[in-house]
Amino acid sequence: MRYSGLKVITEGLFGNKGWTRAWRDPAPKAEYDAIIIGGGGHGLSTAYYLAKNHGMTNIAVLEKGYLGSGNIGRNTTIVRANYFIPGNSEFYSHSLKLWEGLELELNYNVMHSQRGQVVLFHSDGQRDLQIRRANAIVNQGDDAEIMTVDQLRAEFPYLDYEQTRFPIYGGMMQRRAGTARHDAVAWGYARGADQRGVDLIQNCEVTGIDVENGVVRGVQTTRGPIRAKKVAMIAAGRSGQVAAMAGMRIPVESHIMQAFVTEGLKPVMDAVISYGMGHFYISQSDKGGLVFGGDIDMYASYAARGNLPMVEHVMEAGMTLMPMIGRAKVLRSWGGIMDMTPDGSPIIDKTPIEGLFIDAGWNYGGFKAVPASGWCMAHLMATGQSHEVARRFRLDRFRTGQLLDEEGTGSQHNLH
Amino acid sequence: MRLICPLCGPRDRREFYYSGSEDYLNRPTPDAPAEAWDDMLHLRDNPAGVTRDLWYHETGCGSWLLVTRSTTTHEILATERVADRKGAGA
Ligand SMILES: Cc1cc2nc3c(=O)[nH]c(=O)nc-3n(C[C@H](O)[C@H](O)[C@H](O)COP(=O)(O)OP(=O)(O)OC[C@H]3O[C@@H](n4cnc5c(N)ncnc54)[C@H](O)[C@@H]3O)c2cc1C
Ligand SMILES: [Zn+2]
Repeated sequence: MRYSGLKVITEGLFGNKGWTRAWRDPAPKAEYDAIIIGGGGHGLSTAYYLAKNHGMTNIAVLEKGYLGSGNIGRNTTIVRANYFIPGNSEFYSHSLKLWEGLELELNYNVMHSQRGQVVLFHSDGQRDLQIRRANAIVNQGDDAEIMTVDQLRAEFPYLDYEQTRFPIYGGMMQRRAGTARHDAVAWGYARGADQRGVDLIQNCEVTGIDVENGVVRGVQTTRGPIRAKKVAMIAAGRSGQVAAMAGMRIPVESHIMQAFVTEGLKPVMDAVISYGMGHFYISQSDKGGLVFGGDIDMYASYAARGNLPMVEHVMEAGMTLMPMIGRAKVLRSWGGIMDMTPDGSPIIDKTPIEGLFIDAGWNYGGFKAVPASGWCMAHLMATGQSHEVARRFRLDRFRTGQLLDEEGTGSQHNLH
Repeated sequence: MRLICPLCGPRDRREFYYSGSEDYLNRPTPDAPAEAWDDMLHLRDNPAGVTRDLWYHETGCGSWLLVTRSTTTHEILATERVADRKGAGA
């Protein structure tokens, strides 16, 4: 079924009886050409592009819960392409271009809103860094502009510019950055993959990966064994456990990250704002809630809830930056399990086991990457070659020293 | 979350700096191959359940602690000073 404005109107007139399920609910077959472990954003986009770009339709996505039950439905939905170092910058640039065509591509309203994101700076050093970053971004053909305090005041009058500790010196704005509806991205890719013949199998937990003489043969699941010559591990926060099923230790440590949303308010802010001191970033959802978050809690965890010190830190940073936030009531807070790599950058690669692939290590930034990750992972699985824009996301780069340390903080899981 | 420092007693999580998994204690010899160093520095078991990791009592006694705890419930099961472990060098 094609979705359109006309369809919404006619269905409204006739009691909304004509809508059909967005995807099938198939039973798993005994064998597929390829299996994807994990029905999050990355698993679903990989399935979609395998079918769409490479004609591989005899494939299945195995999801232990329901589609979109992981981080894809827990993030704060920021989509941007203001990365700096080679290896990351071209990848996120590619991803943002895919985002810009995504709704037409999927015939699905993912509510992609290019409302802009500004990263504030609060010292001469931070300003120099952001100017350098902006120049690099402009040079590769993406957009970035440095805003003065006066320009910022005109657009964001509610920030506290003269705070004594961290006065605002300016900001780097990317107008093409913004937000999207996270669940809709999973649903849109799911529906697109299903329409092309991909089996989306929910409530199907992978419990083992079958490997014989260094070659992958298939997987064991709670719904029986399934054979496949190609298996992709795309399990985000659970990547370490899935990789362990194949006897692998990978450079991932899972950490908890929290986010918060206030009660719905009338429109007060129309861009994403990131504080340069302390960990705090904020935007307003289309429903009106102020959605904000901070940093990881800074210890390995699989609990989908965090501790109070980070809650306090985020609230303090929010109050420092925009005191008006103190008038809003927090409605909910939650946590997601982040697959942290030592250098803070992801992995899209083959593994030492033939036919077994891995897409993991998205840290807290994998939502914006959903389109390009699926695009590049599908390319790798179908052709056996790394895609041009993802060629540095190697699994062994920590051993070889080819780090992608965007923040320049060092190679340790808790530093990013 | 509160950690129990053997010297200072139960203390707020904010007094501690988290370093990472106990793998950091298994330091290879300087001439060990890159694989051994990779194993210590980067590769992780990353268990969902009981784990052992290193915390530094930064604003307390300054001890490095080896903490046994659950990554699913955040329960602290045991804490010992790294320096007190059997076979710990000077
Ligand atoms: C609070 C928070 C805020 C964030 N904010 C942003 C942001 O603003 N911008 C941004 O770009 N990114 C953000 N992120 C990061 C982003 O959400 C993640 O990097 C990304 O969603 C991870 O990829 P995924 O969607 O495939 O993961 P998931 O949705 O977690 O998918 C993995 C799936 O694998 C399944 N699975 C695991 N083990 C098995 C198994 N054994 N068998 C079968 N299935 C299995 C899980 O059930 C899950 O559905 C944020 C994350 C959090 C938690
Ligand atoms: Zn102490």
